[in-house]
Amino acid sequence: MLKRFLGGIHPKDSKGYTFDKAIEFPPLPSKVIIPVSQHIGVHCDPIVKVGDIVKKGQVIAKSEAFMHSPIHASLSGEVINIAEMPHTSLVKCLSIVIKNDGLDKWIEGIPLHREWDKLENEEIKDIIKNAGIVGLGGATFPTHIKLSPSKDKNIDTFIVNAAECEPYLTADYRMMLEYTERIVTGVKIVMKLLDVNKCFVGIEDNKPEAVRVMKEAFKGTSVEVVSLPTKYPQGAEKMLIKVLTNREVPSGGLPMDVGVVVQNVGTTVAICDAVVSGIPLVERITTVSGDAIKNPKNLLLRIGTSFKEAIDYCGGFSKTPEKVIMGGPMMGFAQFTLEVPIIKGVSGILALSTDVVNSGEEGPCIRCGRCVKACPMGLVPSMLSILGERQRYKEAKDEYGLFNCIECGSCVYTCPAKRNIVQYIKYSKAQNLAQSAKK
Amino acid sequence: MSSENKVQENKVQGIKVKEIEMQESVFTVSASPHIRCEESISKIMWNVNLALAPAAIFAIYYFGAPALTNMIVGATSAVAIEYLVQKYRKKKITAFDGSAFLTGLLLAMSVSPSLPPYMMVIGSFIAIAIAKHSMGGLGFNIFNPAHIGRAALMVSWPVAMTTWTKLTTSVDVVSSATPLNILKQQGYEKLIETFGSNMEMYKAMFIGTRNGSMGETSTILLLIGGAYLLYKGYINWQVPVFMIGTVGLLTWIFGPAGLFTGDPLFHMMAGGLILGAFFMATDMVTIPITIKGQIIFAVGAGMITVLIRLAGGYPEGVCYSILLMNAVTPLIDRLVKPKRFGARG
Repeated sequence: MLKRFLGGIHPKDSKGYTFDKAIEFPPLPSKVIIPVSQHIGVHCDPIVKVGDIVKKGQVIAKSEAFMHSPIHASLSGEVINIAEMPHTSLVKCLSIVIKNDGLDKWIEGIPLHREWDKLENEEIKDIIKNAGIVGLGGATFPTHIKLSPSKDKNIDTFIVNAAECEPYLTADYRMMLEYTERIVTGVKIVMKLLDVNKCFVGIEDNKPEAVRVMKEAFKGTSVEVVSLPTKYPQGAEKMLIKVLTNREVPSGGLPMDVGVVVQNVGTTVAICDAVVSGIPLVERITTVSGDAIKNPKNLLLRIGTSFKEAIDYCGGFSKTPEKVIMGGPMMGFAQFTLEVPIIKGVSGILALSTDVVNSGEEGPCIRCGRCVKACPMGLVPSMLSILGERQRYKEAKDEYGLFNCIECGSCVYTCPAKRNIVQYIKYSKAQNLAQSAKK
Repeated sequence: MSSENKVQENKVQGIKVKEIEMQESVFTVSASPHIRCEESISKIMWNVNLALAPAAIFAIYYFGAPALTNMIVGATSAVAIEYLVQKYRKKKITAFDGSAFLTGLLLAMSVSPSLPPYMMVIGSFIAIAIAKHSMGGLGFNIFNPAHIGRAALMVSWPVAMTTWTKLTTSVDVVSSATPLNILKQQGYEKLIETFGSNMEMYKAMFIGTRNGSMGETSTILLLIGGAYLLYKGYINWQVPVFMIGTVGLLTWIFGPAGLFTGDPLFHMMAGGLILGAFFMATDMVTIPITIKGQIIFAVGAGMITVLIRLAGGYPEGVCYSILLMNAVTPLIDRLVKPKRFGARG
């Protein structure tokens, strides 16, 4: 019996642009720009220098820190620059530029073939870590850390997040249709790692074909493919866990606190590739869409390909975009330049015209309560925005659960006064963190 | 599209690092989300005005030209006063977003049709300039502006506010009072007698062929407007249901001839209850933001209404009950918050 999560919104899903477009492989770019930070955690340090010749799959940046994920060359060629470059979420970041030599040669030893079920769990974790795999849904949390919960957490359930609740994005959907076998293998590997027998694959019911294909693929296993009602943010980790298991991740806690590990469906493909074929994360599926893109497509892109090249491959702009977004329209990051590279977490590139963005002018809160109804976390977003506006950050934290906010944007979407609630919340969080750092 | 990069060279960790300064972007860069729904403040406000239209049109038909005059004067003066206040305070002009119009219209609909128009203007001034803008304008006012305007007129010109132009029935009744007035001064028996029978009374109150403030008389047309607001999702059903329900329940219990002898149907349709419950007690700015809070608000307003009607000096208490509950709204919002996801304990 499916549970519901409270709140949420029903934006137009706009997936029609790329829903039926099979994944395409554009020609390789002449160069790639690979930032040393594409994950949550410590930035990596480059281990190559300008002039070095690198092969595809070679580690070019790593770190000794626990919370990191190594970075690999996504092309073979020459390192021509190591410099601060535009970055999709950090504004700018130290990046390694590799000039394509046109050979696209793997580093020695890749690809290979492993009998994954004969590997020890520790070996598999090392493979996943060394392959630079991070959460590909957009959060980019290092996967090997997520797959190593401490014993006392009693993990009993693995959830594959295939909800893809963000409008426009169809990358996960296409993978489910086209990379079905690799998903199945990836899921089995994770279940072995976590030593769990229970697994859910959660898919929103606006993707019936994916539900059908996945059900077929997992027939006869203990994996349960579940069709979820389409409601944003169904794919938010906490909401997904609630709906599938009726467990509520405690405030300030993690999914593992309720015995659950969640991975994006795309991540399971990457896990399969790494464990079975030894292939590190050098490419990903990205949806290039939006009303300002001429021919929206789902693309398999090398890490480091610039947004411009991806958009050009899709025929460029059909009209002037007001915003270019990395990720989905609800939680993605607006970009200031098309020179930014695709990094591991880029599930989509969206170009939206003014009509779609519909930002409007911010007005005063009229206390209509629509945000309160929409908030899946049970907060009062209007108060958080007002407290943020009035610089009462501590009150927001102590009395209105500022840090419970998952920044899903449902409140802003639904606000008739067009208040930038999430912006106030992000700023208030930063102010609180700065305050506690001072102490 | 490409941003010109100004490159500086410096050395970091022995590696050549070039620092880039980005020129201003051609794209809009702002925090997520990047799409918004179609609603806007003015869309909501004009829709509420639209929801009032059936009852307003009926008022013009039933009460005649004075009703039309007062509504026009009320709405336009409210808009004009808001415009002037914003102009004077050098604020952004939002006088035409429908909210001042709504306040003026609601004020007109909650006074006697025979009120002299200059009093309407004064009422509008008190509603807009004092109740709304002295508190900071839309979104910041604590009290329902239209009700503040009405209350001010009530204490300033009690006679004009309670003089009704038209008789309740076709019968030669001397009284020119509203049903609640008759009930208060002459009792329930007399009330029934005025209308002829129970059924006749209910019918008049349902359709609207009775005395009263010009917009409050027709239960059915107000319900149609209310249903439209519910359909659009601008109000929560809990507010009118709990407010009207509380009034019905309490007036039934505390009847004129002892417990459980009251006439809840009469009380639910009488006075400004339907208008107040659907259009004033749902004024988003001045009521609690959570549904739980709104239920408390509605029950409280219903209780105070009954208290005034049955035990107070005034025949009607909807206006004051809502104003009193407006006053405790910040308190309710402080105490009643939604249940947080993952709350411990």
